[in-house]
Parts: sequence; C-alpha cells; structure tokens
Amino acid sequence: MNRTKGEKIFGWFNIILMLMIMLVTLYPLYYVVIASFSDPVAVSTGKVTILPSGFALDSFNKVVHMENLWKSYGNTVFYSVAGTIISLALTILGAYPLSKKRLKGRKLITFFVLVTMWFSAGMMPTYQNFQNLGLLDTRIGVLLCFAIDSFNVILLRTFFENVPDSMEESAKVDGANDWTILTRIYLPLSVPALATITMYYFVGRWNSYFWSMLLLKDQDLVPLQVLLKKLIVEVSYNVNEAVDMSASVMTEQTIVYATIVIAVLPMLILYPFIQKFFVKGIMVGAIKG
Amino acid sequence: MRDVPHKARSAAMRKARGSELLVSIVRDKYLYFMLIPFVLYYAIFYYMPFQGLRLAFMDYKPFLGMAGSKWVGFDNFAEFFNGPYFTRIIRNTLLISLYNMIFSFPVPIILAILFNELRNRKFRVFVQTISYMPHFISTVVIAGLVVNFLSPSTGIVNILLEKMGFDSVYFLTKPEYFRIIFVIQGIWATAGFSSIIYFSSLMSIDSSQYEAAMIDGAGRFKQILHVTLPGLLPTIGIMLLLGIGNIMNIGYEMIILLYQPITYETADVVGSFVYRLGIQNADYSMSTAVGLFNGIISLVLVLTANRISKKISEVSIM
Repeated sequence: MNRTKGEKIFGWFNIILMLMIMLVTLYPLYYVVIASFSDPVAVSTGKVTILPSGFALDSFNKVVHMENLWKSYGNTVFYSVAGTIISLALTILGAYPLSKKRLKGRKLITFFVLVTMWFSAGMMPTYQNFQNLGLLDTRIGVLLCFAIDSFNVILLRTFFENVPDSMEESAKVDGANDWTILTRIYLPLSVPALATITMYYFVGRWNSYFWSMLLLKDQDLVPLQVLLKKLIVEVSYNVNEAVDMSASVMTEQTIVYATIVIAVLPMLILYPFIQKFFVKGIMVGAIKG
Repeated sequence: MRDVPHKARSAAMRKARGSELLVSIVRDKYLYFMLIPFVLYYAIFYYMPFQGLRLAFMDYKPFLGMAGSKWVGFDNFAEFFNGPYFTRIIRNTLLISLYNMIFSFPVPIILAILFNELRNRKFRVFVQTISYMPHFISTVVIAGLVVNFLSPSTGIVNILLEKMGFDSVYFLTKPEYFRIIFVIQGIWATAGFSSIIYFSSLMSIDSSQYEAAMIDGAGRFKQILHVTLPGLLPTIGIMLLLGIGNIMNIGYEMIILLYQPITYETADVVGSFVYRLGIQNADYSMSTAVGLFNGIISLVLVLTANRISKKISEVSIM
C-alpha cells in the first residue's frame, strides 16, 4: 500500500506515543517494585528512579511477619471465592427463568431488577437494613452484601435468550424438566458468558473495600483491602505529618511499597489470563446497546 | 354463544384466563422455584432498605429507635439546602464531573483511534492489554500509590521536583490541587479499559467504507475524519449521555481515601458528604435526606438522558 510521507511520520509518531502510554501505565507499578527491595535510605533520598539501589529484603521480611496482613489475606480469599459462588448461583437462578418469554410475571420481575441499576435506597438505609438483619460484623453479611449485580443478570439473561429454543423443545420431548435443561444444556453452552460473569464478581469482590469497611468493626474479619487502607493510605498521611526525616520514616516508606507489592501480586499474575473475559463482557454489553 | 348474557360471557373468559394462568404456573413450576432465592434477595437487600427512607423525614435518634423518633417533615431537606455545605458539595460534584467530561472523556476515544491506526497487530494487542491493567488494581491500592508518590518527604514526585530545583509541595493538603489529582488518577485507572467499547465499535465499521474513501483519494487522516469518527459518533453519544446521567455520582470511594479536612473545600462531593454524615457522625436522618435528594436528581438525569438517546439514535441505554 502506498503511504504518503505524512502518514509514515504519523505511523512512527503513533508508535512512540504508544510506548509512552505503556511507560506511563507501568512506571508507577515498576517504581513500587524496585523501591520495595531497595535500600530505604536510597529510596527516600531519591537515588531510586530507574534502577533499584542496593538490595534489601528487610521490608519484605517485616511485611511477611505481619500477622494481621495474612489473616486479612485469608479473609479476602474466603470472601472472594465463597462470595463469587453465591453471586454466580443467584445470578443464574434469576437470569435463566427471566430469559423465558413464556414465563408469566417475567416483565414485572425484570423491571424490579432494572430499577436497582438506577435508583437505590442509599447508604444509610442500606446500612441500617444490615443492622436490622443482624448482619453487621458477620462474614455472612459481607458475602450477601451486593451479591447480585443487576448488570450481570441482564448480561446472562441476554446470553440465555440467544440459545435456540429448539434445544429446549427437543429436551422437553425427551422428558427433561427445566432444572435438567438448565444444568445439562444451558450452562454447558454458556461457559464463555459464565466465565465473564465469574471474573466480574471475583475481581469486584477481591478489590472492594467500602462496604466491608462499613459492615465490619471486628478486625479479625476484615478483608485485605480494608487493612490496606490502614497500612498504605492512612499510615502515609501520618508519615507525611511527621516532618522529621528519621530513619523510621524512611523504612516506613519501603514497607508500604512492599505491602503494595504483596497485595497486588495475585491480581497482576491472574490479570493476563482474565482480562480477555472482561473485554468479551464489554463487547456483549456494547452489542446489547 | 349469542344467547349468553354479556356478563356471564366475560366471567367465563376471566375464568378461562385464570385457569390459563394456573396452567402456566404449574407448567413452569421449576422456573418459579428457581426464582425464589433470587426474588427474595432483591426483596430483602434491594427493596427492604427503601423503608429506611423514612429516616429522611424524621429526627432519628438511634437510642429512641424508629418508633420513638420524631417526624419532622421536610426539615432535614430545608436544613441541608440552607446549610453551609450545600453549595460546597454541589459545586465540587459538578466541577469534578465537568473536569471529567473535558479531560477524561476524550482520552479513551483518542486511544481507540490510535490503537486502530497501529499496523502491527501483535504490538497493538500488547499495548491494549497493558493499558487495561490499571482496571484490575483496587481503589485502595491506587489511592495508596497517589498518597505515597505525593508524600512531601519521601514521595517520588517531590524528590524529582527537588532534584529539578523546585520546592517540595504537599499536594494532598493543597485544596487547589485536589481536583486535578483526582482527575489524573481517574484517567490512569480507567482510560485504557474504557477504550474497549470505542475500539469494538470501530471494529464494526464496514471496511467497504474505508475502501470507498480510498478510491476517492482520501489518505489516512481523511479516513479518520470522514469514516472513523462518524462511525464512532453513536457510541460517543451514548457514552456522553451515560456520563451526563451520572454527573451527580462521583467515585466517592476514592475521594474519601484521598481527601483530608484541609481539602474538603474542593474535594467534598455529595457521596463523601453522605458517608461522613451517616457513618462517621451517625446522623442517619440528615445523611439519608441528602442521599435521597441526590438519588432523585440522578434518576431524573438518567431518565432524561435515556429519553434523548432513544429519540436521536433509537438506542436505549437502559
């Protein structure tokens, strides 16, 4: 193909721009990693910008021995896995019947599902509801909090609707009931959609902090993100307020970076594998309009 | 049939319809069983809280309970509208939304177009994948990055500033910097991932349109201008309307991690105000009233945006 000179320059310019975008995206994370195992004094005097300076695992050593960190890590794994299973089950049980046009009351229920996407009772009424149900400071409260995302219900319902009716009809002729049709035909056919929704729920649960923070006072129950708020956001404010450049402030900084590394590591390892499901979900949503 | 009196006939029809309903319920009994936990969940966790909206019209005292607390009509709303914080949080909410519209909104569109112009597919997919990455990092960690990088004594930003001969600035205590910090972290966190929706609608542009443009002698730039951009317009329109519908909903979960009393002046938005009133000050009634006010405004905005969207593009965003 013939390309004019201007287009060629633009092509190169574009590639340089892309490299800069990658740099801007990755540098903050890269910096955290190199700072976390550099010498604390080197980090706080600005010797660490492009390459690590010195090699000290002290910060990691301190982080690894933080008992509450591992406890909250365990809590997060539990909330994310158990929570995702609950969310997925509830979403399937809603989306499947709602995908059947013959079902009486389908429109009404769908309407009530959609309304929650645009209007909710708000923070205090929701909080008080958990209080009234006796779910404050309980694991089950965290698991049930926003367990169903209406967007995912609609996504899965749309997917189920696109499965040809003839599949269901022929199974019915063979004497299958709705439950077996769902589990034997629809779910196996919907693996891509289910994978997408699973990822949405899982990543959402893993990364959320706000409602867990509201619902839990008991520090033994809090997930990682709630503890991280104390360790990497609030601590840093305290550090900032202390103007003196004592050694403890300097080490504090690398400990914070080491904590961040340990906290984001699982997600960054998983991310190359799960990102395509997210992309797919967005595409399905986009086609739906 | 002609002899049958009118009343009796419609009664018979009603009966027939009634039994038809019964038949369909019996036929679909498994489907209804499945729906039970789902419907219960929505009833308990999404709809039961609505009765708590009463709080907005009461002077709720936790030790008196719902039954013991006084009804005060619209007093809470009046107090909020006349109070010192009303203009502050509305102004901050609208300004941050406006900044987002101006600075954040175009970024994913430009990204998608630039991705599309990359000739090497492998390189393109690689850059795209990298650009999605921040989407998988939690709000708390991003806030941690911002706070630590901007720290006056040990943060990388100030270290670099000092190296270049500037004074170090404690950015997060300066009200004038808050909004721009918030907007920048937002772009870093979301631009790449938001580009997906634009990129996927670019992919669906008919390639014959590009061929036709080429035959007419249009180069790459003209193709971007006359084919790519018009092709993106419906998506841009929908996203813009969605954004307008969400003007009142700033990501307060991030705000409350980044703001401090000293920056409330420019940082406090409706969501963070609702949080502080309700959870930190235990002022349930006032918090609910402000939340309800915001919820109604948002709903009106969304419905209006949806109506406009339907009219111009025949695409409903709901």
